[in-house]
Amino acid sequence: MGWQWFHRLGSPRWFYEKTGPWVFWLGLAALILLAVGTLWGLGFAPVERLQGNSYRIIYIHLPLAFLSMAGYYIMAISGAIGLIWKMKLADMVMKSAAPIGAVLTFLALFTGAVWGKPTWGTWFEWRDPRIASTMLLFFLYLGVIALQASYQNQQMADRFSAILAIVGTVNIPIMYGSVYWWNSLHQGATIKFTGGTSMHPSMLYPLMVMIAGFYCFYAYALLKSVRAEVLHREYRTQWVKDLVSSNRAV
Amino acid sequence: MTAVESSLPNQVKLGTAVTAVFRRDLLLAYRHRGELVNPVLFFFLVSMLIPLGVSPNPEVLALLAPGIIWVMALLATLLSMDGLFRGDFDDGSLEQLVVSPHPMYLLVLAKVVVHWLVTGLPLTLVSPLLGLWMALPPDGFVALFLSLLIGTVTLSMIGAIGAGLTVALRKGGVLISLIIIPFYTPVLLFGTVAVSNAINGLPYAGLLAILGSFMALSMGLAPLATAGAIKISING
Repeated sequence: MGWQWFHRLGSPRWFYEKTGPWVFWLGLAALILLAVGTLWGLGFAPVERLQGNSYRIIYIHLPLAFLSMAGYYIMAISGAIGLIWKMKLADMVMKSAAPIGAVLTFLALFTGAVWGKPTWGTWFEWRDPRIASTMLLFFLYLGVIALQASYQNQQMADRFSAILAIVGTVNIPIMYGSVYWWNSLHQGATIKFTGGTSMHPSMLYPLMVMIAGFYCFYAYALLKSVRAEVLHREYRTQWVKDLVSSNRAV
Repeated sequence: MTAVESSLPNQVKLGTAVTAVFRRDLLLAYRHRGELVNPVLFFFLVSMLIPLGVSPNPEVLALLAPGIIWVMALLATLLSMDGLFRGDFDDGSLEQLVVSPHPMYLLVLAKVVVHWLVTGLPLTLVSPLLGLWMALPPDGFVALFLSLLIGTVTLSMIGAIGAGLTVALRKGGVLISLIIIPFYTPVLLFGTVAVSNAINGLPYAGLLAILGSFMALSMGLAPLATAGAIKISING
């Protein structure tokens, strides 16, 4: 016991073979949780007193907003692991996490805009610090993707984007802090999020289910993407050739 | 220490190495005096577009001035960033920094400080002129000058990370902007608000202090990331 599993992660092949069964179960868990949460949240949770039915987009928006941030740290931490211990698998996780995180962040912004229109009367509001900081996060993701895409040499691309991701983690608290400070300066009480009061359990439980479902979905998408990346980068090796010829590659 | 290293004839001292990098870069900048003017010209030309394109009304200009001047200084710095390491990368002198026994942090810091001396500092020095041009209210001039003086150091330090990350590419220009602009936002926010506060008669010394803390933080950490990026550019 101990650190053996960590050393084994150094082998993409071991990872690929080990995680094969996980894909199905993670996908199934995500599907069930998201289905239950969506039905529960959209169909059965009570109507909100002030916002009516439009609040229900929180069941999609909030989990996405959580994941957009968590995804960046997953990307940056795996990038750091790849940079420090030269672990191939960590580089692949970092590369795969960037587009997934960018898409989730974009969806968080999009669902926020859709929610903002009936609630605040505007699609986009710079004076809300959450919107502004999520926008910055989205561009940080795009920067990593752009840097990753501009280098032909995969190893260099990985190391450079790892450095950029790490610089990002140092900067995120400063960027967020500044945006919040700037808004507290500019803004009176024009716009306030309704979530000041704690949520009633009948609304909160479906939200928890949705959050768990989105996390499962994230893990599922990341795993699928990393597994594809493993095959792509190891396509010259014998085990991948065997896998393809035996037609078991998923 | 290996036999080869210890047998090297009297090694160059750290201070000498840093001073050599510093003086060499300053000299190079001096030899290319024509290029030094470019960021400053850009600063003026792009700012000229605002009265022409938005409104020549002094009241509107006065409202926009703090933000416009800061954004233009930021863009001028960003444009000058691509050349920071490129020449040294092409002629191999960047490789000499990597193989030198001295900590790269200090050598990189020296290079970036020179970059600030030849871009950030001139931009700061001409900024009052631009303030007149943009109808900046008189109370804002001191704050504009001081905030740019402190803030452009941070801009150079952070921009150098972008230059290091893209130096191995043939053209890094737009990519640098893509990856660096998000990191510039805190400096821009505090710089602009410091000038606005001064215009509105509010205290701004605290904001300058925060800009100073950004400067200290970026001088402490950014050259580390830049050095890491340069090492990867050289070693592949």
